[in-house]
Amino acid sequence: MDSTGTLWLPPGHSTFASDVDFLFYVIAYLSLAFFVIVTVGSLYLAFRYRNKGKRELTSGIAHNVPLEVTWTLIPTILVFVIFVWGFKDYLKMHVSPKNAIEVKVSGQKWFWSFEYPGGVTEVNTLTVPVGKPVSLLMSSQDVIHSFFVPAFRTKMDVLPNRYTRLWFEATAEGEYDIYCTEYCGKGHSEMLGKVLVLKEQDYNNWLSEAAAASSSLSLEEYGEQLYRTKACITCHSVDGTANQGPTWKGIFGKTEKLADGSNVTIDENYIRESILNPMAKITAGYQPIMPTFQGILNDRDIDALIAYIKTLE
Amino acid sequence: MEQTHAADHPKFLQHHFVNAEQQSEASKFGLWIFLLTEILLFGGLFCAYAIYRAWHPDVFYNAHRYLDVTMGATNTAVLIFSSLTVALSIRSIQLDKPKQTVIYLAITILCAATFMVIKYFEYSHKFHLGLLPGKFYTFQGIEGSNPHVFFSIYFMMTGLHGLHVLGGMFFLGWVMYKTIKGAYSSAYYTPVELGGLYWHLVDLIWIYLFPLLYLIG
Amino acid sequence: MIAIPEKNFLNEPRGLKSWLVTYDHKRIGLMYFFGIMFFFMLGGIFAMLLRLELFNPGKDFIEADTYNQFFTLHGAIMIFLFIIPSIPAALGNIILPLQLGAKDVAFPKLNLASWYLYVIGAMFFIASLVAGAADTGWTFYTPYSIQTSTAVIMTGTGVFILGFSSIFTGLNFIVTIHKLRAPGLTWFKLPLFVWGLYATAIIQVLATPVIGITLVLLILERVAGIGIFDPALGGDPVLFQHFFWFYSHPAVYIMILPGMGIISELISVHATRKIFGYKPIAYSSLGIALISFLVWGHHMFTSGQSVFAAMVFSFLTFFVGIPSGIKVFNWVATLYKGSIRFTTPMLYALSFLILFSIGGFTGIVLGTLSIDVHLHDTYFVVAHFHYVMMGGTVIALLGGIHHWWPKIWGRMYNETIAKITCGIIFVGFNITFFNQFIIGAKGMPRRYYDYSEAFHFNHAFSSIGAWLLGLGFVIMAIYLVHSIFKGKPAGDNPWGGLSLEWETTSPPDPHNFHSIPVVEHGPYDYDKIIPKSAYQDELEKAKATA
Repeated sequence: MDSTGTLWLPPGHSTFASDVDFLFYVIAYLSLAFFVIVTVGSLYLAFRYRNKGKRELTSGIAHNVPLEVTWTLIPTILVFVIFVWGFKDYLKMHVSPKNAIEVKVSGQKWFWSFEYPGGVTEVNTLTVPVGKPVSLLMSSQDVIHSFFVPAFRTKMDVLPNRYTRLWFEATAEGEYDIYCTEYCGKGHSEMLGKVLVLKEQDYNNWLSEAAAASSSLSLEEYGEQLYRTKACITCHSVDGTANQGPTWKGIFGKTEKLADGSNVTIDENYIRESILNPMAKITAGYQPIMPTFQGILNDRDIDALIAYIKTLE
Repeated sequence: MEQTHAADHPKFLQHHFVNAEQQSEASKFGLWIFLLTEILLFGGLFCAYAIYRAWHPDVFYNAHRYLDVTMGATNTAVLIFSSLTVALSIRSIQLDKPKQTVIYLAITILCAATFMVIKYFEYSHKFHLGLLPGKFYTFQGIEGSNPHVFFSIYFMMTGLHGLHVLGGMFFLGWVMYKTIKGAYSSAYYTPVELGGLYWHLVDLIWIYLFPLLYLIG
Repeated sequence: MIAIPEKNFLNEPRGLKSWLVTYDHKRIGLMYFFGIMFFFMLGGIFAMLLRLELFNPGKDFIEADTYNQFFTLHGAIMIFLFIIPSIPAALGNIILPLQLGAKDVAFPKLNLASWYLYVIGAMFFIASLVAGAADTGWTFYTPYSIQTSTAVIMTGTGVFILGFSSIFTGLNFIVTIHKLRAPGLTWFKLPLFVWGLYATAIIQVLATPVIGITLVLLILERVAGIGIFDPALGGDPVLFQHFFWFYSHPAVYIMILPGMGIISELISVHATRKIFGYKPIAYSSLGIALISFLVWGHHMFTSGQSVFAAMVFSFLTFFVGIPSGIKVFNWVATLYKGSIRFTTPMLYALSFLILFSIGGFTGIVLGTLSIDVHLHDTYFVVAHFHYVMMGGTVIALLGGIHHWWPKIWGRMYNETIAKITCGIIFVGFNITFFNQFIIGAKGMPRRYYDYSEAFHFNHAFSSIGAWLLGLGFVIMAIYLVHSIFKGKPAGDNPWGGLSLEWETTSPPDPHNFHSIPVVEHGPYDYDKIIPKSAYQDELEKAKATA
């Protein structure tokens, strides 16, 4: 978060931001006015008519129709205006332009993955061009997540059984925070990402380079890249240190004890099964927390990871 | 104060009520509100039913054919008949005929038991086929996705209703026992009335469940 | 000198057993009171631990898993074991029959049963602490709540049982208000606290069964995989949200409506002034109760519901704000040409006006569709509901406790210390929560164990406020307990109120009234009657001699 922005709101860098911020401040200042009326009014009246030491009969005025109509009608009209205004802005957020770039977003405990047109994928970084509408087609692999970019003033839940959509158009280059805002368990507050907004030219260059890179790498190199970009690195070390999951160093060919007491030899099939169906065979001493990568890693990706693991002696 | 209590308070009148009328009105009003909460409790299940039927009309149609309409219809008739007998039991106590009341209550309870026995045969047939809720569902042969959801809803709705039938049997049995003991007369028969009201609701819910579950199509 | 009646509901009959099998609404209310205060303390301790962990970013002393269990426990305990039963089941139970001039509630046995259900429900919560407390948040959102390995079933069962406790209380109150009013006590002569409880009871009875069945479905989903909410089995997790909020939004009004009822009492009695706009206040309670059933979808503006649904829910959300606004204006107008005494209850009432207004205005911000997209599930929401629930309901509860304390125990607490404590709580509360609006608007999501360094100052500031708040409650506990034994006798009517509870002794007789009261004046006729009050007489005499 950079320190600019207004008193209340963070810097706004999407086409929605100015509308949302303006309405926010309209309501804030109206509220302030009413708040002053209520607070100053009640404190003034309380002091003005404070008890002077003796009990006495007090005013029996309990109705004043013009006054009551006023304080009912004015707020009613104001909230109606606010409602219509808010709804119109909300509609804009819902209808994504036809020419938008479509990126597939997948939320999973506890990282984001993005798939661009042409099949390039990234984890936890969403790269987009400035000044172009981007439409995100989102779904979750496990529980409900929510995709939130404060700088863009936009947010949408990411659900496991259906697609949701969110679109935005960034107005300035830079790096902006992505948060998960639907509670999703242990790593909820670590499920962070960045939106990287580039010049359109830079974006196009990046996209074509990334597309070329995955096909030109050797299987082992590609596996190493996946190890980092697909977030294996969060739980599995390659230098032997203990983490949430077993280290990969020297793991291939070893015989491990499982949680149910049986033994298993780590071979290609075991690794493949652990990636696609991680709950099937849990290594003793570790929590069953690994998510499935079914649908995220294809056969070539899995081959690459196996090849990479074999190099870690 | 205790003395004035004894003087104008009949035995059945609780101390915090002014008179018998206030007590019986309060009890009935309370039970009506309780029935309202019951309807809302079932309301959640009806809601789930409506949503899943709207999403998967074909699965619901295919799955419902495994329910036995004859048994369901028999049960409906049994319950409707028991509604009549429970109403007659109230009528008899109003006319100060406690013996008749006991007979009518006994018939009502017998009907309830018949209902449960038929339900038992229906359930065991489905258990046998593996038409079970959720992850226990093993039956192969209903087309469409997730037929187990239909049986989840079926078992929850009829199960919750069955629990209410059992509750009604206990409540009416207790009322019958008190009637035999001579606790009620035309001067005071609120529990008989409450039992009747509750039993009508139990019947009414079944009258909705039967067409919704057995007669899809 | 004012004397305490020798025989009263506190000491007649004696013995622990006489309390455990009592049908006396005042005793049941008091047992509820001790229950809710215990859980308020427990929930408060969890809040303190959360704020301690959040003092610095990263790990301070607990792991993320523990943190998640703590915020779930804080929320679930505060909501299901403290705030929902707080005003109705504790204060309402004691005061409602007194205000109606009745000897008891309509169904005393049911009342006792409801307390035992509360205790059993509470046991499940306590047991879940040992069995690995749920880490789902108090909202139990699926599918997370289906997948987590923590004791969701146990907590869910506890909430299910507590629901029945709440239904029984509501049912009892509705019947009591309809059928057990003293002769002459017509609907529009009822104290506004009764109207508040009535509206609350309607929601309790109509909404609670739905959370009951929802939790049964959730439990069965975990046990048997019934496939209603679990997407892996063909269910829909968003359906759970609809079911959940269909109860839990009205439940928010179960929490605030009785608080509003208390404020009407406090302002009128301590301003010695006829309440301004009796009928608008009474009807607005019912209006809120009604609309509260139609706004649940405003918790789901970003969950992918249709634009049309969002529009309807947003529209109705604004219109639940109007009756609340009307109440606030009426309360302010009641001060006009009154005779205001700055007693402890009055200070709480004024605090309520300020804090609840802030809570209400930020509710308008959140009800606005386009802005809610930005603010949903951030600290802005956390601050908003703490302003409404704590700044509103809890402050009203504290005001009510201080208002009726001398009626319940027959003794007065130390007013000077009580007023200072009110100030500490007011300041502590604002320090804790006001700056959460700011970090929320800046984008800090809720339920985060760790946060960016940019929010460090505000989080630390909040934590300090929380400890100040905690200090206030510790002082309050001390002087209130002290007053039970050593307080000055308060007499029947220490504040000079006109509603029926002030006509009996303090503490009241086991049967409430020695003879059934007949109502001849309205509850707020301070323009016609100067109520008798031995306590006020003494105060005035002391002032005159000084």
